[in-house]
Amino acid sequence: MSPSSSLLDAIGHTPMVEVARFCPNPRVRMLVKLEGANPTGSVKDRVARYLVDDLERSGRLKSDSIVLEPSSGNTGISLAMICRLRGWPLTVVMPANVTRERRQMLDIYGARVVDSVAELGSNGAVALARRMAADDPRYVMPDQYSNPANPLAHYETTGPEILADCPEVDVFVAGLGTGGTLMGVGRRLREAKPGVRVYAAEPLPGEMVQGLRSLDEGFVPEVFDPSAIDGRFLVTTAESIEALRRLTATEGIFAGVSAGGVLVVAARLAEQMESGTIVALLADGGWKYLSEDVWSRDLDDESVEALNLW
Amino acid sequence: MTVVRIPPVLREQVGDRKQVDAAGDTVGALLDDLVGRHPGLREQLLTDDGGLHRFVNVYLNGQDVRYLQVLDTPVGERDTVIILPAMAGGV
Repeated sequence: MSPSSSLLDAIGHTPMVEVARFCPNPRVRMLVKLEGANPTGSVKDRVARYLVDDLERSGRLKSDSIVLEPSSGNTGISLAMICRLRGWPLTVVMPANVTRERRQMLDIYGARVVDSVAELGSNGAVALARRMAADDPRYVMPDQYSNPANPLAHYETTGPEILADCPEVDVFVAGLGTGGTLMGVGRRLREAKPGVRVYAAEPLPGEMVQGLRSLDEGFVPEVFDPSAIDGRFLVTTAESIEALRRLTATEGIFAGVSAGGVLVVAARLAEQMESGTIVALLADGGWKYLSEDVWSRDLDDESVEALNLW
Repeated sequence: MTVVRIPPVLREQVGDRKQVDAAGDTVGALLDDLVGRHPGLREQLLTDDGGLHRFVNVYLNGQDVRYLQVLDTPVGERDTVIILPAMAGGV
């Protein structure tokens, strides 16, 4: 490989690894795509680059602009790295109960953090960021939840990489946050291979982070089209962490908590399949979860469900 | 009877319980029985024409019923039904 002229050129082209010891069905091939290998350690580097490029091209950024984005961590960290390189100040609105490491990384990159109410989860962060942007014209929001640049990043990079490394893919599994990964990769795979099935893993929200006052505060991301996937599974934090530990023990892979949730779903699908190939996208590495003792804590202790680990 | 888990945002309508029982051999029949027992839930869960409210997700054994047979999805007594509000995911 030749040297890159910018860290941004090192985004993507992440490794894909077979996890035969983890896979519960020997007739099914399971592969994982390790997005933790991106420069800031998550799949969101792909999205953040497309979001910032989109803002710069749109002409919305002025000399006094501040980029503003709601994020539980990874998108904020990726934006912080890119905004640092491009010279834009960044404010990230983050639920107050995210892990320490996410805050530390934003500090390191010089981003400002505004806390949103933990009990309102990501809904609260989105609502607060949208209010801040409405009140102060200096704030410019890329808005990963509604910006087509988000799924486009996956349509143009993640999807083609999967097809190049594993043209035999039958099933794709990823976590559901904005829906960007599922929409972009899913559309690319379905175009290339019409029979491909696309499944979402989503966290069962803990009791303490469901502080909606009414259902009207519910939220479906604008980029998410429910008809573009084939199924959606709830996974508890405890189940996700169990799968994560098993992955580390059997395959030596050190991944984040949402990756565990994706693996729970991939394993469930593998058990139901006669044969075939599953690709699971693991959104980040385990580094940002060390302070919560994810690899050692007692999973019967319900406090784990109150953490914001996705 | 099948156990239905109720999210915090809807508990006031079911006497502050985390889970309630309901009867029905499909998701639709189960929800009809549920809103019959707890009328305050009807307009929260169902649209005027009897469909699922946009901001409500119903899961049968962890799987979103919109990807099964929606309200016609068969339900057994040992299944678990979870109702959740549509919420933004962590990103």
